[in-house]
Order: sequence, then C-alpha cells, then structure tokens
Amino acid sequence: MKDKFQIEGLDLFYGDFQALKNVELSLGERAITAFIGPSGCGKSTLLKSLNRMNDLVEGCRITGRVLLDGEDVYGDMDVNLLRRRVGMVFQKPNPFPMSVYDNIAYGPRTHGVRSRARLDGIVEKSLRDAAIWEEVKDRLKKPALGLSGGQQQRLCIARALAVEPEVLLMDEPTSALDPISTSKIEDLVLELKKNYTIIIVTHNMQQATRISDETAFFLLGEVVEFGATEDLFSMPKDKRTEDYITGRFG
Amino acid sequence: MRNRFDQELSALNNELIEMGALIERAIDDASRALLEKDPALARQAIGQGARVDEKEKQIERRCLRLLLQQQPVAADLRMISTALKMITDMERIGDQAEDISEIALRLIDDGCAGSLEHIPQMAWATVRMVTGAVDAFVARDLDRARAVIACDDIVDDLFNQVRDDIVRLIREDGADGEEAIDLVMVAKYFERIGDHATNIAEWVVFSITGEHGNERVI
Repeated sequence: MKDKFQIEGLDLFYGDFQALKNVELSLGERAITAFIGPSGCGKSTLLKSLNRMNDLVEGCRITGRVLLDGEDVYGDMDVNLLRRRVGMVFQKPNPFPMSVYDNIAYGPRTHGVRSRARLDGIVEKSLRDAAIWEEVKDRLKKPALGLSGGQQQRLCIARALAVEPEVLLMDEPTSALDPISTSKIEDLVLELKKNYTIIIVTHNMQQATRISDETAFFLLGEVVEFGATEDLFSMPKDKRTEDYITGRFG
Repeated sequence: MRNRFDQELSALNNELIEMGALIERAIDDASRALLEKDPALARQAIGQGARVDEKEKQIERRCLRLLLQQQPVAADLRMISTALKMITDMERIGDQAEDISEIALRLIDDGCAGSLEHIPQMAWATVRMVTGAVDAFVARDLDRARAVIACDDIVDDLFNQVRDDIVRLIREDGADGEEAIDLVMVAKYFERIGDHATNIAEWVVFSITGEHGNERVI
C-alpha cells in the first residue's frame, strides 16, 4: 500500500502547550485510518494539521514535516490547493444556509466552474457518491437545513467530494447521529475508500474496528501505538493501548 | 470505570472453576467406581452430567451477554471467546465420564470388573490435565497450559499400554470378550478426555498469546 501522508517528527504547540510530540506516521492511500484516544490526546489536532486548519489558530506553532505524496504541506504548497486536495467533514453537520444544490455547487463555483451543465453534473455525481441522491433529487432547490441530521452529514460529505479531493478528513463524523444514520455513513465511508484516502477521528471504538484498516492510538500528544486495526484491537502491543480500548481509563 | 465488567469476568472465572470441579469429580468418581466396584459411586457420577450441562448453559449465557453488552476487545475478547470454546470441551469430558460410569455399572453387574493398573493412571493423569487447564485459564499461566498440552502424549502412551494389557489378557487368560471390549472403551474414553483437556489448554494459550496451534487466530 502506497503512503498518502508521511508525518515526520511533528511537534505542535499552542503557545507554551505542546499538543503533539514527535509524531511519526505513514497513512496509506485509499485506506481508512482511524485516530483514537481520550479527549485532549491530540488526535483532532493532528487531523487538522494535515490540511493546515491549525494555521487559523492563534499561537499555533509547528515543526517537523507533513508530506502529501512526498511534498511538504508546510513548504511551498498553496494552502487553497491543499484544502482542495484534502477535504474535511466535521463532527456536527454544518450545511450552509442555502439550497441543497448550492451547498454542493459552492466549492466548484469558488474554484471557477460556471457552466450550469457542468455544475449540474458535479452536484448529481457528488450526491450519488455520498449516497444521498435518491433522497434529495426532488428537493435540490429546498433549504439544506431542512434535511435530517444524517442527511445533512451526507450532504456535507457530498460537498467535500464536489471539489474532487484526494483525501477526506473526518472528525467524529457520526457522533451526533442516530444508529441508522451512523450505519449509512459507515457504509458510505467504506465505499469511498475505493477512490479516496480517509482519515477518521472517532471515539466509537466499535466504529474504528468496523471500518478502518489501520488505527493510531494517541495519548498526551504522542502516538502510543499504530498498526493494523485488527491487530491493535485483538493483541495490542502497549499496555496503555490495552487499558484504553478495554475501558480501564479514558 | 469498568467495575461491573470486571465483576462479571470474575464471576465467569468462578463458574469455570465450578464446572471444572464438577467434571474432575465426575472423572474421579467414574474411575473409582470401576476400580472399587462401587455401583453407588457410578450412579453418582452419572448424576453429575445434568449439573455439568446446566453449568455449561449458565456460562454460555454469561459469555453471550458479555459479548452483547460489553463488546469486548483485546484480552477481554480473547478471554470470553476462550471460555465459550472451553465449555464445549468440558461438557464433552462430562459426557465421557458418564459413559465410563455406565460401563463400570455394567461390568460390576456382570461381576467382572477388571483391575488394569494403567487405567487408574489414566484417570489420575486426565484429572490433573483438566485441573491444570482450568487453573491455567484462571491464572493466565502460559507455562501451565503448555504443560497440560505436553501431558497428552503421556495419556496416549497409557492408552496404548492398556490396549496391550488387554491383548495379553485375552491371549494368556482367555479373558471374557465383552469385558475386554468394555475395558478398551473405558481406556478410549480416558484418552478422549485427555484430548479435550488438551483442546482446553490450547485455547488457554490463545487467550494469553492470541495464537492457537502456533497460528495467529485474530
């Protein structure tokens, strides 16, 4: 499996506080990698470092390298291009207060797509890829905020897909959803793996075991253990991993 | 945080120890009934079967409930899945102890219970194997589990010796055919008990190492 991201000696500080300590990870292309760990362990911070969302945080300082296909995202890479290649889906569905259609067309439009026919094509393909087309095809002009929570989250995934990214970062994408919506998103993520690299932060360890190929366990800003998900959840090598996944702390 | 889960796992250990004690008792009663020509003891051993079956169901229910409620991972998952595998072998051991007792009753009724020196040795060795396997599980003791697996060869050798003894009895003393067959059956049941105890010990190794028969299971 080819590596999509290589993270080398990454340290991240918020002011004086060191949130990530010497992180070394290789994340496989067209694979699902799960980041797990207790709150405040640095997993979401690392996720946001992958498309430089932390640039927006005041006092954030980063050393080390994050290579996307071998190129350092903290080097000369254009940040807008980076965020187009590496999309993000958040914990709480956050559709824009506009129609279903305009939510999806928003990204392509900002990247210069003007042709109505082309936008129609992108909207349909993105919604189909996010497994929500059948549910919204008759209400494309209706407000996106009228959709259910689960539909809104799939809409947000469709919106992320509309700019044809290579990587999808997902920060607890199902923690606000009911079990049926969660199951739909999990099926969708497994389907998307065929074409995208997916990195998902989750507090739901059963979810990590169900969908991810590899898992990294974080604690106090460090990667304690990283490996094949089945290995990590059946025979963890580090006692701290065992204690966390079996509910002894966290 | 996981007090309740730990209490459940502790209760599971206790139930396995209780089931282990029941089948150890059944094997011991069966072999003593045979050797001491004691029909009451044989009937007592046969009566243990229902208790073993009930204990198996009780442990099975607890394991399935824990899988459902706790969705265990890592050592917890290996422990609960091992318990589920162990009780199948333990229940078979209980059945085989009953089978031995039934043969003992028949031999006593026919007034021809033989006393072959290797059969008590098989009984003693298999009781030790069962005790060792259950204790190894509870104490997560890899060496002890491996020692049980190594004992299987001793029981197999004893079975061959019993068979040779019986062949000699037939040849030299013209022993009764039915009695000879019954004694071979008794020895075979003990040999199978040794196999089941070995299976249990192999699953105990899995619960500790994740490997079964030197292969990674999960």
